Amino acid sequence: MDGGATLTTMTASLIRAVDPAFLGIVLISLKVTLTAVGCAGLVGFPLGAALALGRFPGRSLLIVVTNAFMGLPPVVAGLAVFLLLSRSGPFGGLGLLFTPGAMMVAQFVLVLPIIVALTRQTIEDLWLEYRDQLTSMGADRLRAIPTLLWDARFSLVTTLLAGLGRASAEVGAILIVGGNIAGFTRTMTTAIALETSKGDLPLALGLGAVLMSLTFAINGLAYAVSRLGARYAG
Amino acid sequence: MRETTSILPLTLADVTWAVDGRTLLTVAAAEIHKGRRTVVLGPNGAGKTLFLKLCHGLIRPTAGRVAFSGSGGDARAPKRHAMVFQKPVMLRRSVQGNLRHALGLAGVGFFDRRRQVPAILAEFGLAELAGRPARVLSGGEQQRLAIARAAAVRPELLFLDEPASALDPTATRQIEELLLRLHGEGLTWVMTTHDLAQARRLADDVLFFHGGRLLEAAPAATFFTAPRTEEARAFLESRLFW
Amino acid sequence: MLRRSVLTAALALALLPAVAVAEERTITVASTTSTLDSGLFGHILPIFEAKTGIKVRVVAQGTGQALDTGRRGDADVVFVHARAQELKFVEEGFATKRLPVMYNDFVIVGPAADPAGIAGSKDVAAALKTIAEKKVPFVSRGDKSGTHLAEVALWKVAGLDLAAIRGEWYREVGQGMGAALNTAGAMGAYTLSDRATWIAFKNKGDLKIAVEGDKRLFNQYGVMLVNPAKFPTVKVADGQAFIDWLVSAEGQGVISTYQIEGKQLFFPNAGDPNA
Repeated sequence: MDGGATLTTMTASLIRAVDPAFLGIVLISLKVTLTAVGCAGLVGFPLGAALALGRFPGRSLLIVVTNAFMGLPPVVAGLAVFLLLSRSGPFGGLGLLFTPGAMMVAQFVLVLPIIVALTRQTIEDLWLEYRDQLTSMGADRLRAIPTLLWDARFSLVTTLLAGLGRASAEVGAILIVGGNIAGFTRTMTTAIALETSKGDLPLALGLGAVLMSLTFAINGLAYAVSRLGARYAG
Repeated sequence: MRETTSILPLTLADVTWAVDGRTLLTVAAAEIHKGRRTVVLGPNGAGKTLFLKLCHGLIRPTAGRVAFSGSGGDARAPKRHAMVFQKPVMLRRSVQGNLRHALGLAGVGFFDRRRQVPAILAEFGLAELAGRPARVLSGGEQQRLAIARAAAVRPELLFLDEPASALDPTATRQIEELLLRLHGEGLTWVMTTHDLAQARRLADDVLFFHGGRLLEAAPAATFFTAPRTEEARAFLESRLFW
Repeated sequence: MLRRSVLTAALALALLPAVAVAEERTITVASTTSTLDSGLFGHILPIFEAKTGIKVRVVAQGTGQALDTGRRGDADVVFVHARAQELKFVEEGFATKRLPVMYNDFVIVGPAADPAGIAGSKDVAAALKTIAEKKVPFVSRGDKSGTHLAEVALWKVAGLDLAAIRGEWYREVGQGMGAALNTAGAMGAYTLSDRATWIAFKNKGDLKIAVEGDKRLFNQYGVMLVNPAKFPTVKVADGQAFIDWLVSAEGQGVISTYQIEGKQLFFPNAGDPNA
């Protein structure tokens, strides 16, 4: 295919794509992904720190399991969440299937292991440095957790970004639990899948380019903020 | 200084500390007395830092006894004694944030913390640096903050591990003056150093370590004029023997 | 601390709209990829929503999967194209009634070079026989969709035992119609498609219609309300309103006006008792 012509069609598709429906898709994508990653952070940071500092039987096993779950295939996570949230499943009463909520749950499940595993590593390393100092000042391991999390905040931003990357690139799970409903659960990635199946490859590529730009923007912003902060706080 | 009974003297008896069967520190008998400036002296690798950590309760003796008197009997109760590490960890927050955090860990309430911090900043000459990130301070400023942070919780006894080893002469002088002032206000401290001149300037009592053993414990005047062991004589005569 | 609570509040706010939207009048319709990919829903739903204020959420799946979605109670209405499976759905009690809505037809599409030599034929059975004999690549949906079930039935009509004759030339993609067309185009293979998806498909490339116009390529769509006796969560009133509108004169008229490139894609036939 002629490269220039492809680029022109892609650009045309993009312009065609910038309408309210398209903006809606971007907003839904952002809302779902940011919520899922945010919640995974709120849960995953303390959990990862507890895993780093905790001393209990089965800790090593738990670490291995967490690390393994970083590679959890999205479709498997999607299927599990689907079965749980189905009207015929244990949490059917919530009526969450085929809603953005279901997609948040699925992405939360996918992102949590990443955040827990990376947080554990970060906090464990920091604990080596801080251990004597904090113990001397009277902190036990439990009390050290918030201190370590706060002092690791700039490294943890990277952890969040890793989670964000997994969530925003993901299509298998949210397609299953969200249903790709126009204007409701259609996200950038499921829209790309749909346009590909409709044979509108230029539009699909255009959407892909927009998704990449958004990802670049978010990562760039986070990087800048955390670098500035790190320079400030040393 | 406190109405509670003193935790001093601190007594060590037949203490050894070993890792995997290898004995790294042996202290047959030692005492830290209230109101005395104790300097732990010896070359690098003599066991000075281990000794401080044992006294402070960061590590537990493999054998023997490390005992505070009175209500401070539990060597792991850290609030009555504090420690300034050779490389103090500056928390990634501001100068006053570091102080607030230390007070918080010592059980000082939220509002009391906010009230106490300005006075501590002023006392240690840190008022102008209050909002500065602790990690970008100079070495001397960081050391002053580390001492302020340890002293902020009003301990009776303060351990200092080579508090001036990385500082230039001016900053070293400032730290020494600060330590003498704190002593004058009733704080008992124990510091390690490998700097003979500094030991001569500051010590009331000397604990001399060599090769992981406490070899001599004596008043400074006695130690510097009449060392009993060959190792101490060698250390005192050879100024290059750091 | 303050920053953390602000973050929490922001997250809570982000979650709210999802909950709020769910309180609107909405129904969930499990339907097939052909109705969505062809753009039919994009044409008729805004008209229905403007008239009734009921938002229709379409989950597009293969017919088999859409029926299963109904069986689990995850949809209010099922709108698919496989008559026998729909009647079975009713028989099992998951719906009380099936209504015919519209039809179109299937076509066999294949490479313009026509390696099987079947282009222009009106006999689908003969065409399939030729494809099998010459072992020309054929892409099957392989996903228990309406189109897949129709394809399997057509092999039977052609007198062929698929299990016995299938070989490397017969390729199951296990995906939707669009994906199957993309695959067929890329491999120079034949495939069975519903006409609506074919017309709306934008990546035709080298593909052309090879066989069309056989009565056995007829493709009937039916609609059912999921039985509220099985799932009390089914939105009976709004779901029934959608079904009633589909088979009403107005709904049927709207379906018949949907065109792409001047071609009508679906032919309403709700009045036909045998459909």
